[in-house]
Amino acid sequence: MAQAFTKAMARNIFYGGSLFFILLFLALTFDTSSALPELDNRANLTKTVALGKSLWEKNDCIGCHTLLGEGAYFAPELGNAYQRLGGKAGIIGFIQSRPKDGIPGRRSMPQFNFTDEQLNAIAEFLKYSSEINAAGWPPNVQG
Amino acid sequence: MQYQSQAVAKPYFIAAIGLFVGQIVFGLIMGLQYVMGDFLFPEIPFNVARMVHTNLLIVWLLFGFMGAAYYLVPEESERELQSPGLAILMFWVFLIAGALTILGYLLVPYATLADITGNELFPTMGREFLEQPTVTKIGIVIVALAFLYNIGMTVLKGRKTVINLVLLIGLVGLAVFFLFSFYNPDNLVKDKFYWWWVVHLWVEGVWELILGAILAFVLIKTTGVDREVIEKWLYVIIAMSLITGLIGTGHHYFWIGTPAYWQWWGSIFSALEPIPFFMMTVFAFNMVNRRRRNHPNKAAMLWALGTSVMAFLGAGVWGFMHTLAPVNFYTHGSQITAAHGHMAFYGAYVMIVLTIISYAMPMLRGRQAANSNRSQVLEMWSFWLMTVSMVFITLFLTGAGILQVYLQRFSDNPQPFMVVQDKIALFYWMREVAGLVFLIGLVTYLASFFVGSRDAEAVITPGGENARVNGPAGSVSGATVNSG
Ligand code: HEC
Ligand code: HEM
Ligand code: HEM
Ligand SMILES: [Fe+2]
Repeated sequence: MAQAFTKAMARNIFYGGSLFFILLFLALTFDTSSALPELDNRANLTKTVALGKSLWEKNDCIGCHTLLGEGAYFAPELGNAYQRLGGKAGIIGFIQSRPKDGIPGRRSMPQFNFTDEQLNAIAEFLKYSSEINAAGWPPNVQG
Repeated sequence: MQYQSQAVAKPYFIAAIGLFVGQIVFGLIMGLQYVMGDFLFPEIPFNVARMVHTNLLIVWLLFGFMGAAYYLVPEESERELQSPGLAILMFWVFLIAGALTILGYLLVPYATLADITGNELFPTMGREFLEQPTVTKIGIVIVALAFLYNIGMTVLKGRKTVINLVLLIGLVGLAVFFLFSFYNPDNLVKDKFYWWWVVHLWVEGVWELILGAILAFVLIKTTGVDREVIEKWLYVIIAMSLITGLIGTGHHYFWIGTPAYWQWWGSIFSALEPIPFFMMTVFAFNMVNRRRRNHPNKAAMLWALGTSVMAFLGAGVWGFMHTLAPVNFYTHGSQITAAHGHMAFYGAYVMIVLTIISYAMPMLRGRQAANSNRSQVLEMWSFWLMTVSMVFITLFLTGAGILQVYLQRFSDNPQPFMVVQDKIALFYWMREVAGLVFLIGLVTYLASFFVGSRDAEAVITPGGENARVNGPAGSVSGATVNSG
């Protein structure tokens, strides 16, 4: 009964249980690390892609968009923008053509005034992202 | 207040409440941008409003946690704080660093802020919730270290209670996991994998320890139930938190390029994550039912019970709703996520901070145990206004989310994101209205600090009801006890 379950037992469950599951979590993390090369498209992780990622971060694209389903829910998912917009040219054209003052009444994306090299890097980054093996997500091309 | 140095908690609580107001204002701005896309564009783009909203949330909760620790650790340790001066110094460092960061977000384009702060030397910016410049992150680490030293020394030199120990483990964990915010590899999958070690292992791991410890402290104080009983509960609750929550991280590893086995590990363990939250509800109600005395601070009691219920609803129920992989496949990154994020953060962490503020602030302002009846009534009004409007915000976002998922991802001919957003705009309007009610609740909350502050303190009559006592505050007879 309640009496038989003492505070010391509760404490041991906490320390023992936590320790066990920390170790299990670390083991799974280790296993994941060794499985990642097959999944994370690192073969295509070029200098250009890395530059694209840094531009992605420097302009906080994640503050409006999701990427592989994580981020903000204000603007379209970009993990498959490469497919949806029909390749790099579509991505570059879209980003380039944003009006400086937005579109009246419509959710707007800023004009970032990227150079051609930067636009190319962002498009390469989104291409690389779209080729990560995300277990079939998103469900369809609309993201 | 039993120890002088507990007074350092007061500025922390005041700053927390001030930043809370800022958070809500920016929430309302974003809520409007959702339906009037060009509102404040390009002056305050949505992403800027969002980082202000979420970073203010995190910073004010941290202020709240630190204030809570400075208040309760001396009382639990039965000694003065190691260094009250250091606590005050760190208060100003944290407040100024926080204010500068928010001003940076608002006054210059984010890319410029990254340049000014030397992000390219050590890039950590531009990831959700971790938008702070690297120097700010380093500042946070310094404040955290000074704080942990201060609290840690007090705990080590004083009486060791389970509450102190659990709180300390939670706070150390908070600092340790924050260190992963400095790891930002080019490899997107690795970046995302370890990003969750900050975000998930905070809210569904170590923060639950902090939540449990604060709740246990307030319950001991307000109900007078035997410490042994409460501490046993606390151990079991936090054991369940970590046993389920660590592997439960896997519910974020379904679709980001991590191995498919996480769909099993993540689904199964995170499906168990509601257990500790449910236990918290049972715990809180049980302790209140078994109370040995009636505490005159009815408002604090309401917040404590409210936390336990709303945390279970927001984290437990709304979390469970989308945590199984086959469901999450459709709901991932939709308004369902936003619905859950709001109610969980509010129910668990906003409410626990408001609980400890409600309990401690009267003493910090020179009361014996509680505010006047008038203040408490107003505070309880604010409780209901904020809590009910948060329930509605959650319900409207859930409605929006279900439609979004159906129209964009589930139906036979899926429609583009922007088209779908247009179709569900009504739900966003209703969310905005509920948000305005939330703001009214918050203003009511602020008012409760001023209205009735000169009235006499509420006391318990033999019948157990609060009664008004005529006479100056503090002249209350021995009907109430305030010692643990
Ligand atoms: C202030 C919010 C905001 C920010 C920041 C933002 N975007 Fe956007 N983005 C939008 C909105 C809104 C749309 C949809 C515009 C429309 O359909 O009219 C969009 C659309 C897009 C699209 C087209 C998606 C499609 O499927 O049609 C791409 C590509 C894109 N953004 C890339 C980026 C990149 C790259 C960045 C960072 C450099 C970025 N965005 C930053 C708001 C933002
Ligand atoms: C006045 C009421 C509020 C309004 C109108 C509001 C509005 C918003 C909006 C529009 C977003 C961005 C969603 C997106 O990414 O597209 C957001 C995000 C967020 N808000 Fe609020 N908010 C309010 C109150 C709160 C409160 C009280 C909390 C804390 C409990 C909170 C916590 C958050 C969090 C954690 C996020 C990030 C959500 C996520 O990524 O899933 N908000 N809010
Ligand atoms: C108080 C505790 C909790 C808080 C504060 C919280 C908060 C959040 C937030 C803010 C997000 C969005 C993160 C992002 O922006 O990407 C999120 C995501 C998620 N949460 Fe929680 N959560 C809590 C507990 C839980 C629990 C107990 C469960 C499961 C039972 C759960 C399940 C999920 C899932 C599955 C997601 C991912 C949603 C998606 O795929 O988009 N959460 N949570
Ligand atoms: Fe999680």
